[in-house]
Amino acid sequence: MSKSFRVLCADCTRMLQVHREICGYCGCCVSVCPEGALELIDAYLEVGESCTGCGICAKVCPLGALEVTDEVQV
Amino acid sequence: MKSRYDVIVVGGGPGGAIAARTAAEKGLSVFLAEKRPAIGAPVRCAEGIGKEALAEFIDPDPRWISAELKGAEIVAPDGTSMRLASEQAGSKVGYILDRKFFDRELVWRAAEAGADVAVKTRAVAPVLDGGAVKGAVFEYCGERRRVAADVVIAADGVESKFSRWCGIDTTVPVREIMTSAQYLMTDIDIDPYTTVFLLGNEVAPEGYLWIFPKGERTANVGIGISGKKSGAGHRARDYLDKFVSSRFPGGKTIEHIVGGVSVCRPLSCTVADGLMIIGDAARVVDPLTGGGIYNAMFTGRLAAATAVAAISKGDCSKAALMPYDTAWRKSPMGETIARNWQIKEYLIKLPDEKLNAIIQSAASLNLKEFSTLSLIRELMKRNPKLVVELAALKASLG
Ligand SMILES: Cc1cc2nc3c(=O)[nH]c(=O)nc-3n(C[C@H](O)[C@H](O)[C@H](O)COP(=O)(O)OP(=O)(O)OC[C@H]3O[C@@H](n4cnc5c(N)ncnc54)[C@H](O)[C@@H]3O)c2cc1C
Ligand code: SF4
Ligand code: SF4
Repeated sequence: MSKSFRVLCADCTRMLQVHREICGYCGCCVSVCPEGALELIDAYLEVGESCTGCGICAKVCPLGALEVTDEVQV
Repeated sequence: MKSRYDVIVVGGGPGGAIAARTAAEKGLSVFLAEKRPAIGAPVRCAEGIGKEALAEFIDPDPRWISAELKGAEIVAPDGTSMRLASEQAGSKVGYILDRKFFDRELVWRAAEAGADVAVKTRAVAPVLDGGAVKGAVFEYCGERRRVAADVVIAADGVESKFSRWCGIDTTVPVREIMTSAQYLMTDIDIDPYTTVFLLGNEVAPEGYLWIFPKGERTANVGIGISGKKSGAGHRARDYLDKFVSSRFPGGKTIEHIVGGVSVCRPLSCTVADGLMIIGDAARVVDPLTGGGIYNAMFTGRLAAATAVAAISKGDCSKAALMPYDTAWRKSPMGETIARNWQIKEYLIKLPDEKLNAIIQSAASLNLKEFSTLSLIRELMKRNPKLVVELAALKASLG
């Protein structure tokens, strides 16, 4: 299991979190991502390495399943 | 799955299914791949289609028609209601489909025509040769297979990743994605023969809310709003919940649907060497109504016919496939998209008071012929305050 925590450093990167318990795997976010970083694998939304954390996808999600945070997955 | 076909179709929605069926009927070997485990599910649609539009592709069948419509009602922000009876609404009047069964029927017919079909089979990359598309790599249950083809038809819907992997930017601008939520509700009081569209900044900013009947007391109740207007606490689902709790407090939700519909202009070019892009993937949804089922089938059929011609000549270059792009743009569908994009741009800029004024005067009109231009002309006569804007709209429509 992955866990997230806040990193108290200057150069921590913004990253996109998918709240899978909310996501309805509809693909709306995939269509607006300027980096092509998102992909739906059936009911699983995958975030690719090209994600810049811009937050566009999080804005348009009809359910609010995406969140840009300063946290780092470990 | 063989290792080579004449045509590969990526995506098993209505666009891909009609493309595969058309190509197979013309004698080509066809492979249709759908990444989801089942065709048609989960549904991402309000399921409305015009009668004449449907008849171009398939005879109506009660197994996949939920309701037959007699009219439409448009409700202004102030509650003024405008009714369009079937004679006036023209192609707006039609059916509410049951897309789980409709989409399956279309794919079944493609298979029956001879196309190979695979589900849970995802295209993960194009096969490229000197920039030209020569096939696709598929993943099925963790295993990757390379399949060669003369032409690939990208019918992968709103996500439109296949064309992106081929170097075509398919990103939908934030303000032009309709972020949508819908409940299939039952045990609600509705008119089972009328579709209802509710407009206004409070109800559905830069979009609309719909009630599409699916039976006596059952309907698709949904909403699409501009991505620009969406955010924490005011997403499509928030607006829908607000509406449903006041309008249908006792209703029961038996299906929860979300999705995105592009209402931008179509891709500037829908062909490349060895590639044609159709349906939602090409962004050919009607920007005013958000309807894309017919447009997907129309572009699917045209792309397949173009593939047949190109393959028979042994030339599947961009230039050889270009007739597809040219033909859909010149078609009534292409012209409607261009015109309705202008109308949409006009309507989303209108404040609620002006929308009220327009719907109030349109409601009192009794137009025999319901064409956009005759409507605008009448509205200009009756709304001196709106003349400037309406004239600009009329001019933009040419
Ligand atoms: C909420 C909502 C309401 C709507 N209401 C209406 C309406 O009332 N009337 C109307 O006409 N239109 C409506 N639309 C639009 C309509 O649903 C689409 O225009 C239509 O489904 C487009 O058909 P298509 O074949 O292009 O794409 P789709 O039906 O989206 O099919 C694309 C398929 O490709 C598959 N796919 C994607 N990527 C891959 C891959 N890499 N490999 C293999 N398969 C892949 C997907 O899983 C999907 O099954 C609505 C849309 C939404 C979201
Ligand atoms: S838009 Fe939201 S609900 Fe739809 S796939 Fe993306 S994260 Fe999931
Ligand atoms: S945050 Fe931006 S770059 Fe990352 S997936 Fe979302 S839209 Fe794409």
